[in-house]
Amino acid sequence: MPKLSLRGVVKRFGDNTVCDGINLDVNAGEMVCLIGASGAGKSTLLRCINLLEPVEDGEIFLDGADISIPGLDPEPVRRRIGMVFQSYNLFPHMTAVENVLLAPRRNHKKSRAELMPEVTALFARFGLAEHMGKYPDQLSGGQQQRVAIVRALAMRPEVMLFDEITSALDPQLVGDVLDALRALKADGMTMILATHEMGFAREAADKVCFLKDGRVLEEGKPEEIFERAQNEDTQQFLARTLK
Amino acid sequence: MSTKETGGKTRRQIYEDRLRRRSLRIAALSTALVVGAIVVLVPMAPGWEKVQKSFFNKDVFLKTFPKLLDAFLLDVAIFAWCAPLIALLGLAVALMRDVRSPALFPLRIFGALYTDIFRGVPVVLTVYLIGFGIPGLGLPRPWNSPYIWGSLALILTYSAYVAEIFRSGITSVHQSQRAAAQSLGLAERDVMQFVVLPQAIRRVVPAQMNILIALQKDVALLSFIGPVEIFRQAGVFKSLLANFTPYVGAAVIFLCVTIPATRYADYLMNKQNRERS
Repeated sequence: MPKLSLRGVVKRFGDNTVCDGINLDVNAGEMVCLIGASGAGKSTLLRCINLLEPVEDGEIFLDGADISIPGLDPEPVRRRIGMVFQSYNLFPHMTAVENVLLAPRRNHKKSRAELMPEVTALFARFGLAEHMGKYPDQLSGGQQQRVAIVRALAMRPEVMLFDEITSALDPQLVGDVLDALRALKADGMTMILATHEMGFAREAADKVCFLKDGRVLEEGKPEEIFERAQNEDTQQFLARTLK
Repeated sequence: MSTKETGGKTRRQIYEDRLRRRSLRIAALSTALVVGAIVVLVPMAPGWEKVQKSFFNKDVFLKTFPKLLDAFLLDVAIFAWCAPLIALLGLAVALMRDVRSPALFPLRIFGALYTDIFRGVPVVLTVYLIGFGIPGLGLPRPWNSPYIWGSLALILTYSAYVAEIFRSGITSVHQSQRAAAQSLGLAERDVMQFVVLPQAIRRVVPAQMNILIALQKDVALLSFIGPVEIFRQAGVFKSLLANFTPYVGAAVIFLCVTIPATRYADYLMNKQNRERS
């Protein structure tokens, strides 16, 4: 059974159909990269999986259980699915460590002292040990984004969603964030990335999906997509992006 | 030309210095003209001597000023117990207007009605209606005190303004902050309490300062329903001495508080604008 399974997911904003019947299976420990032009529906799809947007039609299954039932309490589901955003979205009035502690403290009613060993280890692991007490505006973009990853991980999610998390970064800061993703993959985390980092997708992904106009036009192993794409739109997109 | 030959200044700096000196000269000259005109022309008005005697009488001023200061302490006290209650009620009303649960729909209506009514009625009318109306029910002491009902009138009116400012602060927090908090599985209540409100409140501090300054002045309206605070005390002196100078004294005392407070609020506002740009 796949860890996460999407069946005919449809999302509309008014007359604008952003996801138009998307099917996708993600197995435990897999890294799936969603590629495609801006507006293809990648970000919206991730937001639907995290229940930040209700879907119009179709189902989303997590461990075989439908999480897209209208009226389902979203909070327990979101605690199992972490999400990292393009613009970091750290809470600016809290230090890095407070950002990370907030959710486990409130959701699991654990004390700071109980959580600190694990949180300290997470900061150290992502090269942030000396930045724990700093506020977001005292950190570089790359550091902020890694704090955002740590913040999501502190809830011990089973699946992680990454929404173009390197798009807002200076090129020389992208490397550290991608290293963090490699480390997570090595841990066996199940991950879905919306990304424009084609090199990274090719090297690290288990599966690549090409989206256009809210549909998955082609999916397969990285070498199948990047070297032997069958679909004309995929070929065109890759030719333009990899040039 | 190198900077050495011009005393270490660049062409640009020399030009800007010249501009600055020129605007300074013009500002000084125009100020001198206006002040001079007032000093010369006003005393030439036919009623000036009378006005001077009844509004700017030194003896009356010195005699009444200490008593006015004493009376002002009552204003300060009323202000001091009203301000925290206004902050609490204002925040409660602001939150009321954002509740989503249908069971709490009456709260939303109440919140909207509340802000509409109390922002729409002149403060002095609210003070009259509540200050005279409620004790008119024949309540026993101490519940007929004008202090209680006058303060309540101020609290109700000002909470309506404060609530609207809090609400503008809440909506100014970007949607992505809410999304990030929700994505962590935080409950709606926690999202508001730990993520949205702390940012919203920080943003509206300067605006709330301005409301507090207005409140400090409007405390004087309670004089209409009884308490002998500074405005009432000045009125007593006016009748006693047949002289308006005590009113000027009262105005001076108000300004001593409100001007520094206004400057401070402006400073906070500018600081915040700088930080955001």
